Amino acid sequence: MPKQSKLRFNKFGSGILKGMSVTMKNLLGRAITTSYPEHKLVVSKRFRGNDFVWYPDKCTGCATCAKSCPQGNVKVVTKRGEENAYDVETFEIDTGRCTFCGLCVESCPYDALCLGREYELAQYRRGGLVLSKKDLLESEARQPSGYFRPKIEKKLPKQTLLLERAGRKKSKNGSSA
Amino acid sequence: MEVRTEPFVLNLGPHHPSTHGVFRMRVTFDGEVVTDVEPMFGYLHRGIEKLAEGRTYTQIIPLTDRLDYLAAMSNNWGYVMAVEKLAGVPVPERAEYLRVICGELMRIASHALATGFLINELGAFFTPLMYMYREREKILDLFDMLCGQRLTYNYMRIGGVSHDAPPEFFPAVKQFVREMPSYIDEYEGLITTNEIVLSRTKGVGVLPRNLAINASASGPFLRASGVQWDLRRKDPYSIYDRFKFDIPTGQNGDVYDRYWVRINEMRQSVRILEQALADIPKGDHRSRVPHLLRPPVGEVYGHIEAPRGELGYYLVSDNSIAPYRFHVRPATMINLTTLRELAVGWKLADLIVIFGSIDVVLGEIDR
Repeated sequence: MPKQSKLRFNKFGSGILKGMSVTMKNLLGRAITTSYPEHKLVVSKRFRGNDFVWYPDKCTGCATCAKSCPQGNVKVVTKRGEENAYDVETFEIDTGRCTFCGLCVESCPYDALCLGREYELAQYRRGGLVLSKKDLLESEARQPSGYFRPKIEKKLPKQTLLLERAGRKKSKNGSSA
Repeated sequence: MEVRTEPFVLNLGPHHPSTHGVFRMRVTFDGEVVTDVEPMFGYLHRGIEKLAEGRTYTQIIPLTDRLDYLAAMSNNWGYVMAVEKLAGVPVPERAEYLRVICGELMRIASHALATGFLINELGAFFTPLMYMYREREKILDLFDMLCGQRLTYNYMRIGGVSHDAPPEFFPAVKQFVREMPSYIDEYEGLITTNEIVLSRTKGVGVLPRNLAINASASGPFLRASGVQWDLRRKDPYSIYDRFKFDIPTGQNGDVYDRYWVRINEMRQSVRILEQALADIPKGDHRSRVPHLLRPPVGEVYGHIEAPRGELGYYLVSDNSIAPYRFHVRPATMINLTTLRELAVGWKLADLIVIFGSIDVVLGEIDR
């Protein structure tokens, strides 16, 4: 015997009218969305963008970042330089396989590697996603994010919050249920 | 002439939009009525349990984000809690409070989405869902402020959390907590008294109390059947014994009760958030833990009340830097085993609603 749900209109459609009033209220209010490519929101200070910034003068070639990477995306090749220091010959990050977990940035003891704030970095070829030494240098378009870098975090602009753009001044029935 | 009828077998999914990902059901119909449901999953299998055996304990945390991706913060929490139990790592007070704040915000975000998808599956195509997305978006903004990511947070660390909250975080959470009850009222205005929702969900897909217990269901799915079981109360992990909150339970165990329990859990989460924000102490957010953690030989099972039910992590350590065995007890996979009992006898349109009311996330089921 098939089970059947019964249509019950015992409240004369008052529930549906109540729902429509919610819709009407929101229809008359301000739009909370932004049209994306024209208007961009400010990302958070600790934003983990699809990008890295590397500072060759700070890097000692210790390869702690390479050891902490879960996927093994960071490639560091060094040779013995002057006065017991290492010269970094290769520093490569394969952002095509990267999950941007930020463990490499967290583990860097010299603040030489930072995550970037860019997020529109599509490429036509996979090879373009492998960032090498000169791709990773800081520039106008490649700015470091404040993830695990409190000094940089302080200087960054304030994040746009939906909470502030579409907040309500007062709650209707107190603070809790 | 005699009319001959045959049962009709339909493959629902894996690309059906109402299967919440890549879930496939082989459904046998008699006319429009479901006579058998055979769930088939594994389309999203990534071998996370095996991958974890080759990684250090810290490197597993980004993997746990990818289990239940709608409640990644809770997944982080369950895992780090299991490791802390195994290695005996102390957690600072402030970190525990930050974890509770994150966990409860995550519960609100997850339940809001589950509520939104319920009306989506009843045929109100995506318009009402956008109201719930709005609140989820606000929570994701807050998490973005904390850890720089909106979906895969990687925020919890063994022995604390990765960052302390920035100074602008607490005023924003307080504002959100102040506003949230009015938004929940708005959801209820849309759904709770709507006659179409009531007639489509009341008495549909009833899960009897004893079947829910026998199937070891958990979370809102279990509580809707009238069982008052919440790990936050029954096995108080972290600092949940300090907060006052109620455990909402349903009576009939139907689709409507599951919705009702979720709505009320959101209100209780707001209550917990208020208390946590009021007495969060100052101090460290992370205790000192060796970079390569080597827990002593042994095994551990750590479980938390994730938004979808009991999320457990079973770890076996052999005193090396990677776990010998890493196993996840996903809440929704165990809840999903009752699907046949719930759906047989109902029509195709009801099957979609019943399946949606379990609130599955395929990342967690297939792992």
